[in-house]
Amino acid sequence: MRKWISGAFLIALLAGCSSNPQQTAPVEERIPSTSTTPGGNAGATTGGTTAPGVGGTTTGSTGSANPLRDPNNILSKRSVLFEYDSFTVPDQYRGIVEAHARYLQGSRNTRITIQGNADERGSREYNIALGQKRADAVRQLMRVLGVGDAQIETVSFGKEKPRNPGHDEAAWAENRRADIVYSGE
Amino acid sequence: MPRLLRLLIPLVLLAFAPLAARAQLTIEIVGGAGSTVPISIVGFENESNWPLGITGIVGADLSRSGLFRLIDPSGIVPRPARAEEVRLGDFRARGADAVVVGSMTSLADGRVDVRFVLMDAVKQVQLAGMSYAVTPQQFRATAHKIADVIYEKLTGDPGVFSTRIAYIAKQGSRYQLHVADADGVNAQTIVTSNEPLLSPAWSPEGTRIAYVSLENRKPVIYIQSLGTGQRQVLANFKGSNSAPAWAPDGRRLAVTLTKDGGSQLFLINADGSGVQRLMSSPSIDTEASFARDGQSLLFTSDRGGTPQIYRLTIATGAVERLTFDGSYNVSPRASPDGKGFVFVRRDGARFQLAIQDFATRQVQMLTTGPLDESPSMSPNARMVLYAAEQGGRGILAAVSSDGRVKQRLVAPATDVREPAWGPLQH
Repeated sequence: MRKWISGAFLIALLAGCSSNPQQTAPVEERIPSTSTTPGGNAGATTGGTTAPGVGGTTTGSTGSANPLRDPNNILSKRSVLFEYDSFTVPDQYRGIVEAHARYLQGSRNTRITIQGNADERGSREYNIALGQKRADAVRQLMRVLGVGDAQIETVSFGKEKPRNPGHDEAAWAENRRADIVYSGE
Repeated sequence: MPRLLRLLIPLVLLAFAPLAARAQLTIEIVGGAGSTVPISIVGFENESNWPLGITGIVGADLSRSGLFRLIDPSGIVPRPARAEEVRLGDFRARGADAVVVGSMTSLADGRVDVRFVLMDAVKQVQLAGMSYAVTPQQFRATAHKIADVIYEKLTGDPGVFSTRIAYIAKQGSRYQLHVADADGVNAQTIVTSNEPLLSPAWSPEGTRIAYVSLENRKPVIYIQSLGTGQRQVLANFKGSNSAPAWAPDGRRLAVTLTKDGGSQLFLINADGSGVQRLMSSPSIDTEASFARDGQSLLFTSDRGGTPQIYRLTIATGAVERLTFDGSYNVSPRASPDGKGFVFVRRDGARFQLAIQDFATRQVQMLTTGPLDESPSMSPNARMVLYAAEQGGRGILAAVSSDGRVKQRLVAPATDVREPAWGPLQH
């Protein structure tokens, strides 16, 4: 019951956010561009549209390509970028999170770590907590979509492992991020 | 202290031998105190018989504190070495209020007898006199002890020249936890890792350091014993484990764990057992720092919408907000004298150190940024060591807790951060 309420709350939050299209260029550059996703359409919230391609690949254990590494598969997209001081999964990354959630539901023995990150500004330890909050936001969305906690560990690198070592807005935008990493990767 | 013009002495006081450990820290004094005690330190008798002298280190310690001004004794002949040989008038004429003389004598067993006296040139009395039988390898430590005695006699506060500091040095992609003397000399590598290290914290007795490592692709807290070099895991629970803070009794630590969801504060025994949740909040609670009496702890929380500093009384669970000005106040460190705490405040884009008094709630800004973080107070509460940035590189810096004295500790070609000032050595 509690889970359901918090899930409903989260969805309400996401719906609220959809009226705020993304603006920053660096964020747009990171938007997944696979044919099965809403792509770069800012504000798109059509959660179910990513299903077909993904589902087919995950069950095909005899298939030659690993869907997690296939650049044409949304599952190869692993990063969720966050707005400044924000801990809500932006709409344009929902498709990625949903795809991974479905993959995990179809593969109950698979474990992932969600690694949260923060930009370089401020206290190292407080940034560990901020990165954790971002990782937890991605986990919460996966919970809503039915993935059990046993499959997910959320951790934070704070500002310690920036993907972009720069010191400007573009670098910071890239470093406010949560990455999905599969066990064994 | 009378309000005099702040002295700006852009002077490299210490230049250390090149054979010293790599990434040696060098201290520069960048600002002076309002008033200083003029002190004349006469080279000890026979001191030049050894390659490493003692009085030079004593003088460097004292002037680095910003509370002393060295008065050159050269030209006073014959050079006094014992109390009865000192003609205080000679030193008064040069403006010295205090005089140090001493001698060094080889002993039959190869050790050296080092003795000194400290005299008050105004009241014309001896304030201290000590002797030490030491090996030449102990000269540096002996000099720090002498400086501690002089500092305490003349200021009333314990000297911290014999203490040690810990910090993280980053060279390329390699991270090292170093422990060095308080003047940056004798740096030793305690831990080396290819993944980030952060948040070193000294145990109260100074024999162990807790720290956070990302070597397991997540924050895990370890405790390293300095004597044995042994390392144990303190906290490696599901999620992130970070922000270790020792309780004053050395038996427990406060830590931030996310194992039950969110960044929350827990107590844990120093052997990793007995994990106990301190509070339950839907917000971020982290960066604990115990008050001197161990009854309460300061921490950072965003429960009010922005990160601010709060105090938890452990026995009752009562929480009180301590910072109100500004939208970002983090990294509280309780003062060892129990009077207040130092912390980081963001003002616009600048991160600056500030100190707040518990009783008056007065806040004094100590630094001007732009990227000052990780404050750590000296055990006598007179200085704050912190991480700053200079030329795109991390350096350590120190500021007196009244904001008057400023120093930089610079290590060439190394990013230095996360300093932690160790306890008094007993």
